[in-house]
Amino acid sequence: MAETAARAKTVQKRKSNSEFARIMHQMSKNKLAMAGLTIFLIELAAVLLAPVIIPYDYTLMDMTAIQQGPSMKHIFGTDELGRDIFSRVLYGGRYSITMGLVSVMISTTVGMSIGAVAGYFGGRVDNIIMRSLDIIQSLPAMLLTIVISAALGSGYLNTILALSVNGLPASARMLRANMMKERDSEYIEAAVSINCSRFRIIASHLIPNSLSANIVQATMAVANMIVMAASLSFIGLGVQPPIPEWGAMLSGARQFIRQCPHMVIAPGGAIAVTILALNLMGDGLRDALDPKLKR
Amino acid sequence: MEPIVEVKGLKKYFTTPRGVLHAVDDVNLTIERGKTLGVVGESGCGKSTLGRTIIHLLESTEGQIFLNGKDVTHVKGKALREVREKMQIIFQDPYSSLDPRKSIDAIIREPLVVSKRYKKNEIDQATEELMEFVGIDSRLRMSYPHELDGGRRQRVGIARALALNPDFVVCDEPVSALDVSIQAQVLNLLKKLQQQKGLTYLFVTHDMSVVRHISDEICVMYLGQVVEKCPSRELFRNPLHPYTRALLSAIPSVDIHNPNKREILHGEITSPIDPKPGCRFASRCRFATDKCREPQKQEEVSTGHFVTCCRVHEL
Repeated sequence: MAETAARAKTVQKRKSNSEFARIMHQMSKNKLAMAGLTIFLIELAAVLLAPVIIPYDYTLMDMTAIQQGPSMKHIFGTDELGRDIFSRVLYGGRYSITMGLVSVMISTTVGMSIGAVAGYFGGRVDNIIMRSLDIIQSLPAMLLTIVISAALGSGYLNTILALSVNGLPASARMLRANMMKERDSEYIEAAVSINCSRFRIIASHLIPNSLSANIVQATMAVANMIVMAASLSFIGLGVQPPIPEWGAMLSGARQFIRQCPHMVIAPGGAIAVTILALNLMGDGLRDALDPKLKR
Repeated sequence: MEPIVEVKGLKKYFTTPRGVLHAVDDVNLTIERGKTLGVVGESGCGKSTLGRTIIHLLESTEGQIFLNGKDVTHVKGKALREVREKMQIIFQDPYSSLDPRKSIDAIIREPLVVSKRYKKNEIDQATEELMEFVGIDSRLRMSYPHELDGGRRQRVGIARALALNPDFVVCDEPVSALDVSIQAQVLNLLKKLQQQKGLTYLFVTHDMSVVRHISDEICVMYLGQVVEKCPSRELFRNPLHPYTRALLSAIPSVDIHNPNKREILHGEITSPIDPKPGCRFASRCRFATDKCREPQKQEEVSTGHFVTCCRVHEL
């Protein structure tokens, strides 16, 4: 009796942290992925704690120290107005990373809901949804973002919206394709035969089995969105000064690239490191999410 | 004996770009409680479709399906869910019929959870009993399908099918994807479960030795139609339809002094899309005459032995 109880307990324990723990365990074996995750988490922490960490206010201008190279006083140097670049990069990260994460969250949630409906029902519903998404996709990504930003006006929220619309088709399409592949499997037929409701079939069987590609895609998309946001700011349509967004900082610094390369290297490097970290994470996730590669 | 499942004039047509595909065409069956009806035929003859249509995984085009004497052909909603609980299916491929992201425990308990009739501890207990019943060690509870071999996976599929205490189970080639040594284990398990639970099987297969082992009655299908139906022993002793004879002659013999006379069928199976009236086997049958091109009738040659062939008395 005691033995059964003990066994039941271990079973419970294994079940409660099953899926997530398994994925994390699998990922922890992949050194590159862990490096990516660590870098991203450090970066996230630094950005979140920016108000505490930064040595100077990011708007503080020091006219006695204009365009200085890196030193002990200003580790990334100063810009053309004598502002501390380290503080600005950290603070700018708040905007860049938030824009990346939030726009991916929106586009993934909405895109996947649309994709799930299209993939499960197929036929005419699928046709209508997919042709509408084709319209979005027929415009080059950058152009579409510019068009939306220009129409809505530049700014933080509008940029997020523009980026989200941009990411919709990719996640919808990916989930739809994978769901269509899974829809005709025998285990779905089995689910029908044991009276699973439509909602249960989609939510409990189809989506978990079609999701892994979307998770990986979303991780990579964050990197993509950060670049897009930076590009928008670079051409002056995204976040407006004095907000120190990475793209905006690059844009402002590009005229001094010959005299003061550190002004470009700092925000550019921040973008590059973030994207590298996210891509490494995405690769690791893709391997960890495949249940057949377990152990 | 009381019939548990009765099928009258069942038809299942699929509309394809090239025409109407007659997958199941005018099939009549009666299966008695506790018995096994074997359905044999070559690939694409509609035997799996027949099973799936009976248990309402596919919607029938025409005809009637009776369960325990009640017409359940067009049930919807709650009634349909009740019918599905009474009629379950064991799939051919134990690899693709189990959700790869669910543990064995979750797969077996799902039917009970979905039915919403049981409490958590009842489900826990029932799941454990089911696993014991089909012979899966309880240490495999939290394993995932890909960690098990084919035989164990098929046992999981069987446990899932039996979870809701069905009366009638369609076995859709349940052993054809397994090793021969495992086949016997699973077949014996199915037999044991039948005796203990009083199950009724519709056993779909293309393997004559398997069907001989498990069936009480056998019906032979060709291109969506039943060409011969009779008790299992009678079929092997006295096959009447030319197609059945050819099918039986294809069983390899182990008796070296008395080899089977193989009847080789020539020609391809004709298309099931918009078939012509008359015997569908006629184009490959060496006894075919002009009479075979006319619509055929099923005839009871001796008690319980039905044949659909106009020349059955001459041959």
